[in-house]
Amino acid sequence: MIRFVASLALAVIVALPARAAVEIQDVTSPGGIGAWLVEDHEIPFVALEIRFKGGASLDAPGKRGATNLMTALLEEGAADMESRAFARARDALAASFRFDVGRDALSVSAKMLTENRDQAVELLRQALLEPRFDQEAIERVRGQVISNIQSDAKDPDAIASETFFRLAFGDAPYGSSIDGTEESVQALTRDDLLDAYRGVIARDRLYVAAVGDITAEELGALMDRLFDGLPAQGAPMPGPAEYRLGGGTTLVPFDTPQAVALFGQEGMDRDDPDFFAAYVMNEILGGSGFGARLMEEVRVKRGLTYGVYSYLYPMDHAALMMGRVASANARVAEAISVIRDEWARMEEAGVTEEELDKAKTYLTGAYPLRFDGNGPIARILVGMQMEGLTPDYIVTRNDKINAVSVEDIRRVAKDLLQPERLHFVVVGRPEGLDSTN
Amino acid sequence: MPSIRLALVALMLLALPARADKVTGFTLDNGMEVVVIEDHRAPVVVHMVWYRVGAADEPPGKSGIAHFLEHLMFKGTENVGPGEFSRIVEANGGSDNAFTSWDQTAYFQRVAADRLGLMMSLEADRMTNLTLADEDVQTERNVILEERNQRTDNDPSALFSEQRRAAQYLNHPYGIPVIGWRQEMEGLTKADALKFYKTYYAPNDAVLIVAGDVDPDEVRALAEEHYGAIEPSADLQPRARPQEPPQLAERRLTYTDPRVAQPALVRSYLAPERDPGAQKKAAALTYLAELLGGSGANSVLGDKLEYETRTALYTSAYYYGTSLDDTTFTLALVPAEGVSLEEAEAALDKALAEFMRDGVDQQLFDSLKTQLRASEIYARDNIQGLARRYGRALTSGLTVADVQAWPEVLQSITPQDVMAAAHEVLNREHAVTGYLERPAAEPAEVTQ
Repeated sequence: MIRFVASLALAVIVALPARAAVEIQDVTSPGGIGAWLVEDHEIPFVALEIRFKGGASLDAPGKRGATNLMTALLEEGAADMESRAFARARDALAASFRFDVGRDALSVSAKMLTENRDQAVELLRQALLEPRFDQEAIERVRGQVISNIQSDAKDPDAIASETFFRLAFGDAPYGSSIDGTEESVQALTRDDLLDAYRGVIARDRLYVAAVGDITAEELGALMDRLFDGLPAQGAPMPGPAEYRLGGGTTLVPFDTPQAVALFGQEGMDRDDPDFFAAYVMNEILGGSGFGARLMEEVRVKRGLTYGVYSYLYPMDHAALMMGRVASANARVAEAISVIRDEWARMEEAGVTEEELDKAKTYLTGAYPLRFDGNGPIARILVGMQMEGLTPDYIVTRNDKINAVSVEDIRRVAKDLLQPERLHFVVVGRPEGLDSTN
Repeated sequence: MPSIRLALVALMLLALPARADKVTGFTLDNGMEVVVIEDHRAPVVVHMVWYRVGAADEPPGKSGIAHFLEHLMFKGTENVGPGEFSRIVEANGGSDNAFTSWDQTAYFQRVAADRLGLMMSLEADRMTNLTLADEDVQTERNVILEERNQRTDNDPSALFSEQRRAAQYLNHPYGIPVIGWRQEMEGLTKADALKFYKTYYAPNDAVLIVAGDVDPDEVRALAEEHYGAIEPSADLQPRARPQEPPQLAERRLTYTDPRVAQPALVRSYLAPERDPGAQKKAAALTYLAELLGGSGANSVLGDKLEYETRTALYTSAYYYGTSLDDTTFTLALVPAEGVSLEEAEAALDKALAEFMRDGVDQQLFDSLKTQLRASEIYARDNIQGLARRYGRALTSGLTVADVQAWPEVLQSITPQDVMAAAHEVLNREHAVTGYLERPAAEPAEVTQ
């Protein structure tokens, strides 16, 4: 059986696996709003993905958490409906709206049935453009946000993240949690939330994608209704965030059996010409597959962890390369030492031809599998727009992966990886490990 | 007229007009059950093999062996080296994983549809040919201990849940965690794993689910080619686990941990599961969970405790009926600032009593019915979710017909059915009420 399997596996490596079956239409509404659309009339609903660039990084100085609290309140009452009436109206239509905010964008993910789409769009319009921010809702949701902040203060992963970003970015928006602190959230007023709303919900930062049972004409009309009255301009984007963290280890003592380590250094911008080389290099170093070096060395060979990985994390105003591992307090020092060695080995020697071939086959084959369902496709399309890509990126993306050479990776690994600047934040009671500063 | 530019991105369009929920079921001669779910929107396939064995089938003292074996299934066969399985899947652009629960263990891959035969050859190979090196077993045991650290020991709410579950089941092995109790995990051996493997991993104990851009006849031919030659196991016994005796006394427990940020109250009631041909009670309980604590703003507990009395920050109710033996119906609540767990529990009991007295709000009930119907439309967008639905049901004592009847059973439920189920299940004699707390504040040494 091994020969049969092996030869079949070899035979198919040359054949490119399936390509994604999507046809993107670039739609502009009569009112001038752009969107990407994939029509698919098989299932009678549409997934709509909306993004407002800027996100929680638009929080005004001293108002950390305002955008986050504001976002949570968008589904807590609109127009003439208080929050429970809004929820009843949404549920009666079996529509689903998810409002979320991150460091760089506010997102709205909506699913609407074809049979009552007009009513669902009207309801979503009211949430987006006529939110009430009732004092009753503000106090109730403020209590939930503060509860989350208190939970994060006892969660090793959240503590590690908060510490790393504070050390890396200081007072810049990236330097603190988007939730804010108990004090900053406690102090937010309704006016602060209205300011946050005006800062981020605006047409000059709007991106839209739709996938499912809708035509281009219908989508154009839908957008003009949905965004009728949307202000033209929001708050100015923050400037670049300076990365200020050097190498070393920061220990955050916390009583728990397994230490969590978050590690990172400066990364690479998404539009850097070397981004694909860096992306493939990271897949070989710390990708999700079992073949990745970190997984192989830390888990498979030594059994030091359940999971270890690294990733490129390009944001709008800074770029990081990060990773995470968790090991029992007695063993985390060894895990960290292995990771540091692998970081240095990659920086010094790059990858082998064989590793590169495997990574390429995996990455190019896995790409079309991401396009599985209306919601996931809509999220991919809106992400592409925000990164400034064109629709044909989908067909050229695998060529860019395949064009990466061993030499490219050697050069990029030397440039990008800085083993001496790799910083570990460790939360727990690790044995044989101390802070370096 | 809207101005529409058609930026054509010509890709391979394989979509055929077919419903995403087109399902075909058949059984191979060796007893392996097969379900094919067609979805031709993208040239992708999900290939899953589910075994009708899980943590609740483990021998006494060997907790965690079902899950440990699941990890070891990636450590090679006579034909495929350690780790090679995943590498071959990845070399074909696919991804693979596995999971273990109380009633089932499943292995699955997502890959381009034309690689289905390769996936079957690999999965069929490790159904019978597993070989394990001693050092791989030792290392992997450390990995599962780190998994326990990550999932359970590092998370006070997971420890709380483990303790509650152990108290819920007086006799049934559902009270034992899937990951295992640490002291038993530390003693698991290669011999334990292989014994479990040889007993349960056989075609007549397995369900094959293939979902995606496939033709049922081709799947049948491939399944016969790859799985058909495997001998069925002759010594498979019916799945008869120790059952619960009548539960006559409420259990109460408090778990205290300094890592608790937010105190919480959780109460679970022993509840009936979906049974083949008899799913009505489970359907009524599905409504009951949604009515009591589905969407916060639009549910009985949310309305009374989050909005009216401001007793709670969060409330929820959940019920999952797909289970081989008795399952649970659970209520959870996070008290608002300044509200004790005792006060929160009193408010919860008052809200439940009012619900039992007043009955179901017809408007909320109608809205739920619409949402449940719509959820079937949305579910068709997630082929992997559909595949899991069938896999879980068929390894929990249900049939393809039960899965297909479920949406109609849900639509047939009346408010009277819901109240009858509520009266039966919301009985504290077979409930566990748990408090999750911080330790009492240390007395300050200097008070001035």
